[in-house]
Amino acid sequence: MPQVEYKGKVFDVDEDGFIDSFDKWCPEWVDYVKESEGIQELTEEHWKVIHVLQDYYKKHGIAPMVRILTKVTGFKLKYIYELFPSGPGKGACKMAGLPKPTGCV
Amino acid sequence: MALKHKTPMLEELEKGPWPSFVADIRRMAARKPMCEDLLGLLELSYEQKEGHWKHGGIVGVFGYGGGVIGRYCDRPDLFPNVAHFHTLRVNQPASKFYSTEQLRKICDMWEEKGSGLTNMHGSTGDMVLLGTTTDQLEPVFYHLTHELGMDLGGSGSNLRTPSCCIGKARCEWSCLDTQEITYDLTMTYQDELHRPMFPYKFKFKTSGCPNDCVAAIARADCSIIGTWRDKIRIDQEAVRAYAAGELVPNGGSHGTAKRALDIQKEVVDLCPTGCMEWDGKTLKIWDEDCTRCMHCINVMPRALRPGQDTGATILFGAKAPILEGAQLSSVVIPFMKMEPPYDEFKELIEKVWDWWMENGKNRERLGELIQRFGMKAFLEAIEVQPDPRMIKTPRYNPYIFYDPADVPGGWEHDPKAFRERHHA
Ligand code: HEM
Ligand code: HEM
Ligand code: SF4
Ligand code: SF4
Repeated sequence: MPQVEYKGKVFDVDEDGFIDSFDKWCPEWVDYVKESEGIQELTEEHWKVIHVLQDYYKKHGIAPMVRILTKVTGFKLKYIYELFPSGPGKGACKMAGLPKPTGCV
Repeated sequence: MALKHKTPMLEELEKGPWPSFVADIRRMAARKPMCEDLLGLLELSYEQKEGHWKHGGIVGVFGYGGGVIGRYCDRPDLFPNVAHFHTLRVNQPASKFYSTEQLRKICDMWEEKGSGLTNMHGSTGDMVLLGTTTDQLEPVFYHLTHELGMDLGGSGSNLRTPSCCIGKARCEWSCLDTQEITYDLTMTYQDELHRPMFPYKFKFKTSGCPNDCVAAIARADCSIIGTWRDKIRIDQEAVRAYAAGELVPNGGSHGTAKRALDIQKEVVDLCPTGCMEWDGKTLKIWDEDCTRCMHCINVMPRALRPGQDTGATILFGAKAPILEGAQLSSVVIPFMKMEPPYDEFKELIEKVWDWWMENGKNRERLGELIQRFGMKAFLEAIEVQPDPRMIKTPRYNPYIFYDPADVPGGWEHDPKAFRERHHA
């Protein structure tokens, strides 16, 4: 598995750029990924989405459905795409350190 | 051309009369190393009887949550040119009419930025561009949108690319402008198509008549199937011409030699409802009993035509076996007029989506939610009255739920009063 080093931290990532384990997540990871996900600067709203995803994942062991994410954050899906141009799965989940979405994607 | 990998098993598939995908890919391999490695990898899979693509893959273009199927080969050491082999779904024009000019432009782009291989078309309908690397995805998307006026199709838990039969463009049976419906739905629901927001995938398919050439009833969560509600149009002269052997039955599907059609045996006796009569001179149809199965029209296309008061039957719920078993769509709206801007239809669809988005479990198709909650709950949610045409037979078990409001006295009951009448 390829490794990336950023600000003194080392991450194992797959081809799609997802980290191999949620436990390895740290704020530096977000900083490292943001550019490849089309994000200049992280705002409080970015962090809100990331934290909602992480809390849900810790509690339920899966990522929330889009409908739940929009309900809990209060952000419309369109707005989530404004925050994360590649969307809640490839963008926000990747930055939050959640496992890669699977199924018929 | 000699390939850099040995492919003895694939070469077997260059024999025989059917167009060989191996010969075709090999021709492309002369120019594209990706094709060469693809054949090598496929040969390895033939040998080992196992796929050699890694699980999943999450790639895409900014702004969209779907449209690209990411794939990575699990032996990049042997086949480096297919280490990345992502597929782009490109939204096809309705019924797949093209100009060679447009196709040439697409091919030029794809030969430059991708493998040069395609699937014309995916079963959902998309033009499928097979095989490119992650760094080419945005450039391909830019070229598609800026130079070719084309967009990506759908993938993921969203509205997938709608598709339709050839319809009025080249079929005298079409009761719907299937292409206009498909184009309109595709454009109206771009947001639902590009940014997954559903519990699972959702497909629309539109056929102009019950022959259902796009197989809408089997392959779409919402199947729109053309029909009519007035009378079959009969040209008695032409019926007699079939009987006399002047016209070839079934448009020549069973042989083009002229022969007299036995109208009694081949049409009247095969009518599923027995609503036809033929006295050797005149064909009579009791249209009130006709279920519009298309048989008589299919046999005598020059003599019989669908009616003129046309519209669609709307059915919901078809899906493949996973998880709860395969389903065909069920009739929900026996007849609806379909004219632009299709407001009545869109209002219905939006109610269906609201209900499914609110109640659907993660990865639960609409058909499964209807199964889990019941058709009654579905009809109530979309404000449609039950109708005998929605069922094949009534239920034969007596586990019937009543709304307490419909039962005198409701569910409140006084056990003491009961015991006074019935001593323990
Ligand atoms: C990694 C998993 C999967 C991949 C990569 C994948 C890929 C595809 C592709 C490329 C198509 C053709 C698209 C088109 O025609 O435009 C397709 C169609 C289809 N997929 Fe999947 N798929 C996956 C999983 C599934 C699963 C789990 C199901 C069933 C629950 C499913 C059901 C279907 C069906 C029924 C069609 C054909 C629809 C039609 O006839 O119109 N797929 N899939
Ligand atoms: C006064 C009311 C009822 C009476 C007198 C009654 C009587 C019986 C009898 C005699 C059997 C056959 C037992 C055997 O052959 O081993 C049976 C089986 C069964 N009953 Fe009832 N029953 C009543 C109500 C119900 C209700 C309300 C239900 C369902 C809601 C029900 C569900 C069943 C089922 C599923 C079986 C088959 C069980 C099996 O084969 O494993 N019964 N009942
Ligand atoms: S479904 Fe009916 S209208 Fe459409 S192409 Fe087939 S026969 Fe013609
Ligand atoms: S369409 Fe079918 S049901 Fe109707 S008259 Fe013809 S054969 Fe009979």
